[in-house]
Amino acid sequence: MADLSANPTKSHDWLAAPLLVLALALVPPVSIALGDPFLVKVATRIVVFAIVAVALDLVVGFGGLVSLCHAGLFGIGGYVVAILAYHDFNAEPFGLGALTFAGTSNLAVTLPLGALVAGAIAPVVGAISLRTSGPYFIMITLAFNQMFYYAAVALQKYGGEDGLQIMSTITLGPLDVSNRYRFFYVALAGLALTLLVITRMSASRFGIVLRAAAANETRIVAVGVAPWLYRLVAFTISGIFAGMAGALLAASQQFISPVDMAWDRSGDFVVMAVLGGIATVWGPVLGAAAFIVLELVLSSWTQHWHLAFGLMILLVVIFLRGGLADLRHILKPRTAGGAHG
Amino acid sequence: MTAALFTEQLLNGVQFGVMLFLIASGLTLVFGIMNFINLAHGSLYMAGAFAAAVTQRLTGSFLAAILVGMLVAALVGVVLEQVVLRRFYGRNHLDQVLATFGLILIMNEGTRILFGPTPLRMNLPDALSGSIEIVPGVPYPVFRLVILGVGLAVAGALYVIIMKTRMGMWVRAGASNRAIASAMGVNVPLVFAGLFAVGAAFAGLAGIMAGPILSVQVGMGEPILILALVVTVIGGIGSIRGAFVAALLVGIVDTFGRVLLTPALGSMAIFMLMAAILAFRPKGLFAVHG
Repeated sequence: MADLSANPTKSHDWLAAPLLVLALALVPPVSIALGDPFLVKVATRIVVFAIVAVALDLVVGFGGLVSLCHAGLFGIGGYVVAILAYHDFNAEPFGLGALTFAGTSNLAVTLPLGALVAGAIAPVVGAISLRTSGPYFIMITLAFNQMFYYAAVALQKYGGEDGLQIMSTITLGPLDVSNRYRFFYVALAGLALTLLVITRMSASRFGIVLRAAAANETRIVAVGVAPWLYRLVAFTISGIFAGMAGALLAASQQFISPVDMAWDRSGDFVVMAVLGGIATVWGPVLGAAAFIVLELVLSSWTQHWHLAFGLMILLVVIFLRGGLADLRHILKPRTAGGAHG
Repeated sequence: MTAALFTEQLLNGVQFGVMLFLIASGLTLVFGIMNFINLAHGSLYMAGAFAAAVTQRLTGSFLAAILVGMLVAALVGVVLEQVVLRRFYGRNHLDQVLATFGLILIMNEGTRILFGPTPLRMNLPDALSGSIEIVPGVPYPVFRLVILGVGLAVAGALYVIIMKTRMGMWVRAGASNRAIASAMGVNVPLVFAGLFAVGAAFAGLAGIMAGPILSVQVGMGEPILILALVVTVIGGIGSIRGAFVAALLVGIVDTFGRVLLTPALGSMAIFMLMAAILAFRPKGLFAVHG
């Protein structure tokens, strides 16, 4: 059951998130020392997916709502960056009704914009989806994900099914961030922000209501709180960060395609969150890292790595119910009050 | 759109609809009775199609292919249910989604290892490969009419079994309230195991019939699974009648969406339909649970 104390992170757990960010910050120097730039590429991917997994955790872990449309929101953020960069590169103004804007490859503009567009669509999806609950919620979010996917395929001007390549140089204000190492720290700052906001939210009164409604909705309604608005806000904030992550992904791989927003990617995000442990805010970071490293290692061993991966997901769901974050309880002696609930 | 084209597309829509119904019927009952989300239901559709394609290649008989395909799908379904899925009935939906998501990966990759990445072909027997004029000037493939007939026959049989027999009463009782049905002496786990096998066989049948039209390949189950889930949810989880109405609705909207709109927008049409229906009727058109 959800832990409803004001601060769900016990003892030294509050250290976990800063430590994870710090550990990730050490990747570029290590990568330079080893002369292996691939390491940073992997770490960037981990950071980007960790942002979505942490954002999803707010909805799945604390809100108890299984959303399968986060890949869609993620992709929307990515398309905002890629489309504006396309208009920048082709020096073709971007028309939105009667208004026209110049395209831009400046992340200082496109990154918040990507987050905002996803954040504007998320409450629409949320308002409709939250009328339902349980399995209906899962299915309707899945349907929305498919809708976004096919919408992206329909964007013939922007590559349709083949996706959209970013040809221009991505900058952040005056700074050229096409440098892999520099970009990594931009993404990491995004993850740090996500962790900070979601940690603060989950420990606040807002977070307590959200968790309480997931644990027992009847009771929370009986004390006079309507959980609908809390859930909508959680879903929207989650969508904003998912959009930001998508924007970062598009900028980092200079490419976005409908594949990045397919429904199984939404499933991957849920797996990352659960694999890391949805009882904590920082667990999903571990989950994203484990997911991507496993994907790399297994796929280098055999082309049939999906088989092992599927088995692993099954085993985690059956045996490691608190995810990787639960392993910390094995590392230290349990005290009477410290047993994980 | 001419009347002839309209008739043809309407038939296509209804035919696609009954095929979706074959998959959705098992899904909605499993969903309704055990409150279990089975994302791996599409794998049974794939299992049926592969077993049939291989049987046809070995024996040359289409009838044998259908029988073996349905049997294999039912068998795979029962094994999955007994070995894995059973553990997840009492779990929350998140665990169910994850476990069956993992199963999809395993089933797809397992099929790829067994049969290779190249799609298999299924051929129609001569008797079914022609076309006839149902309305003057509209030649229509016989096989599609057969699918239509089989789908309607299955729907009719299901209706009679579920509404008129004792076994059907158990199923309905289980779907509307599992705990009370169990307390009144219905052996819910047994009913469920049987139901799962039948649902799997129907999903397999749908896969077999899709075989000659589409190609038999790894991952064929997922797009159709998502549509079947849409059907289940629009119809109301646990309702066979709802699944039938919703399947026809989705089949027709999807078919006409693709003809009248661009393909991509057409693909979005049913998801918009679903969002619109659930926005006004959050528990589907024919809600079973109170």
